[in-house]
Amino acid sequence: MSQGERDGRIGETILDMQNISLAFGGVKALTDISFDVKEHEIRAIIGPNGAGKSSMLNVINGVYTPQQGQITLDGVQFSKMNSRRAAEMGIARTFQNLALFKGMSVLDNIMTGRNLRMTSGILAQAFRLGSAEREEIAHREFVENIIDFLEIQAYRKTPVGRLPYGLQKRVDLGRALAMEPRILLLDEPMAGMNIEEKQDMSRFILDVNDEYGTTIVLIEHDMGVVMDISDRVVVLDYGRKIGDGVPDAVRSNPDVIRAYLGASH
Amino acid sequence: MAQHQATQAPSTAPGTFPALVLHHAHVRGARPALREKDLGIWQTITWAELAGQVRELANGLASLGVQAGQHVAIVGENRPRLYLSMMAAQMLGAIPVPLYQDAVAQEMLYVLQDAEVRVAVVEDQEQVDKMLEIGEQCPALSYVVYDDPRGLRNYVHDHLLAFERLQEMGRDYASAHPDHVNQAMAAIKPDDTAAMFYTSGTTGKPKGVVLSHHALIDRALAIQDFERLTDKEDVLAYLPPAWIGQNMFSYTQFLVTGFTVNHPESPETVAIDMHDIGPTYYFAPPRVLEGLLTHVMIRMEDASALKRKLFHSCMKLARRVGVRILDKDPTVGAWDRFKYSIGNLLVYGPLRNALGMSRVRVAYTAGEAIGPDLFVFYRSIGINLKQLYGSTETSVFVCVQADGQVRADTVGPPVKGVDIRVADNGEIQVKSPGMFKGYYRNAEATAESYTADGWYHTGDAGYLDADGQLKIIDRAKDVGKLADGSLFAPKYIENKLKFFPYIKEVVAFGANMPEVCAFINIDLEAVGNWAERRGLPYAGYTDLAGKPQVYDLIRDCVDQVNADLASDAQLAGSQVARFLILHKELDPDDDELTRTRKVRRAFIAQKYGVLVDALFQNKPSQFIETEVKFEDGRSGKISADLKIAAAKVYPVNVRKAA
Repeated sequence: MSQGERDGRIGETILDMQNISLAFGGVKALTDISFDVKEHEIRAIIGPNGAGKSSMLNVINGVYTPQQGQITLDGVQFSKMNSRRAAEMGIARTFQNLALFKGMSVLDNIMTGRNLRMTSGILAQAFRLGSAEREEIAHREFVENIIDFLEIQAYRKTPVGRLPYGLQKRVDLGRALAMEPRILLLDEPMAGMNIEEKQDMSRFILDVNDEYGTTIVLIEHDMGVVMDISDRVVVLDYGRKIGDGVPDAVRSNPDVIRAYLGASH
Repeated sequence: MAQHQATQAPSTAPGTFPALVLHHAHVRGARPALREKDLGIWQTITWAELAGQVRELANGLASLGVQAGQHVAIVGENRPRLYLSMMAAQMLGAIPVPLYQDAVAQEMLYVLQDAEVRVAVVEDQEQVDKMLEIGEQCPALSYVVYDDPRGLRNYVHDHLLAFERLQEMGRDYASAHPDHVNQAMAAIKPDDTAAMFYTSGTTGKPKGVVLSHHALIDRALAIQDFERLTDKEDVLAYLPPAWIGQNMFSYTQFLVTGFTVNHPESPETVAIDMHDIGPTYYFAPPRVLEGLLTHVMIRMEDASALKRKLFHSCMKLARRVGVRILDKDPTVGAWDRFKYSIGNLLVYGPLRNALGMSRVRVAYTAGEAIGPDLFVFYRSIGINLKQLYGSTETSVFVCVQADGQVRADTVGPPVKGVDIRVADNGEIQVKSPGMFKGYYRNAEATAESYTADGWYHTGDAGYLDADGQLKIIDRAKDVGKLADGSLFAPKYIENKLKFFPYIKEVVAFGANMPEVCAFINIDLEAVGNWAERRGLPYAGYTDLAGKPQVYDLIRDCVDQVNADLASDAQLAGSQVARFLILHKELDPDDDELTRTRKVRRAFIAQKYGVLVDALFQNKPSQFIETEVKFEDGRSGKISADLKIAAAKVYPVNVRKAA
């Protein structure tokens, strides 16, 4: 795909973070950070360990409430977000340390991602009334499409706890996709993976973006992979933004080089 | 459909593939032809639907300008749409050429150029990328049609066509030229070319083997009669479609006999899908049977002590009487039969079920020599596994074992219509109605493959034994002699070693040498599991292969094989004196194996010459650095200091087997 086609696909700003500051007691996690995310783009937040990447992600999906700053999502302004509302507005996320139900099958884990979209009541579901059954079949079909998409058909019925780490990460992504998110937040999707697994995951991220048009915000500390798949990159260091732009510009930014490689004497 | 009687095609069956498609649509239109698991649910195409779709596709190909005699490449896993495309090409008198889906682009280039392929029907983005990579070097290639659109949304290319688009074009073309396909079909004669297969070959460039409708259909009919196959059989299509074995079992026989072929959801789900379907007619090369056995053994190692004990005592009984019971041998005692039936209830039945082989009526293995221990294992648990002998050039079936007359060391008597003779140098030579028309555009190679009086050189050494069964010793060029003149048949030794679940691949050397030495590839899954249970940490294949504990494990296996060889006077000299565990797995991407996973002996001997020398010079270790190709075509280097281990060599000890 040429760069021109990709740029044509990217739309208006969907998420705008303005002057976000977050502190835990005296510890400043984030200081006056602003950036925006455009529809259909892949936006990366990178930085060394402790730079504030995960805090930033948690602010976006409402786990943390920033002391200062505004979040504009889809034209609506919030000073605080909560995770339920974030989910309802189409933000889904995956977790760095995986928060899957280890004893449940791959299929059931991904089905839980459909939770918000189930409309039939608990009684209708318990007695499998016609409407509830039809609804479940429709959801199952959606989930089967995700299973097909992520190429995990062979593990459909396998308990997640028995799968290797790389596949668990894929299931985690599948569950987030089951929410049909507009914005997908990925917390270190490639942490702890070998090169081959990283390449597979990169391909899935690009395919999700391409096939479903999902806007993706991802955190990574491995610069190499991120630079290859992102449209634009924000660089954080010690809670401050030190760079923002297309991968090539960020890569040659002297502040970024210093943060990653240490200052030269 | 419940009243449907199992029927065989009459022996006056139609003589071409397109005629067979129409025949089945007429005779058994509502019966399932193809099944495919999609989104977790098996979907069925009936014969009537299949014929309609094939006709539509044939029209589509015609609108792309495909004409009789042209080649259409088919590249991908087993997908129903690729099978339909093969039938559609044949309906126009064009010739489908299936390619190995895991081949890299440069390997495909040779075939596309050699066959002047005009249209390629491919599975997905991976294959489309390969076609685009080499497209410029193939001037004849005008269209690439793809089945799965995933990832291809943004590909803009004049010559790239979605499968749905081809179907649409077919409908348009059919209404504009309603008689075109019928006319094309009427012109096809049984002696015309039906398909072309490129032989991977353990040596040299691939050669296109040209097979006629008559040759393929004749062989399929012979086996249909021999095994009493009906349209009620279920077959699982899971081997590479470019291999003649896969084509014969899931395409040629499917169209001749009219049974049902099931397509797995993905290559990883084959075991699950096999369990779902329960095929009645099954075909597996030895490496697949080895893999399944390894899997069973790993799961048994993880089972409780009680279950392990039960399993091993039942398997001991099965080894003693299982095969004789399967062959309906009346001399098996009532008490043994009773014990076996208990074992069947507790172990053999559930094991067959776990393997997906509960309903198997006829199972074949071929493609390579199978180790006797492996062969007997499957037969002893009640699976009617039989050997057959053949090659691409002979439309597979030359020899097949008959029910009740199965032996581990033969491949059965010649199939109806086949004549066999053994030349003075021990080579088997064949005459058969299934013979190929020739190698494509290679009259020289075609001429060389026949004797002056018209017999085909198989290149295999063997003999016909007293009751008319063919016994293969080895590839004629591989069988050699040790320095002391005793027989050296590497395949036999390798198969004995590969029966151990820990050993995946072996290459034995010894021709014109005083003793035998071997390269060994461990089975990463089995040895990895073994290491895990012992708390032995490892970082990957190379690391695990170099562990002293693993060397001890493999030495035990080699010692056992040596003890076994020592009891055979002819083979006692072939005991493995020294071995080493290779630092990388042998791989077709590095040209060490063929695409059907056969060892390319001469290439390996040359590539790892320093290691062979070190083995025979009895050095303690040898450093080696090897270039490896990754799946995406990049390459890297692996280096290691390989230890050379000595095994115990036993004195000749000929005794009657207990």
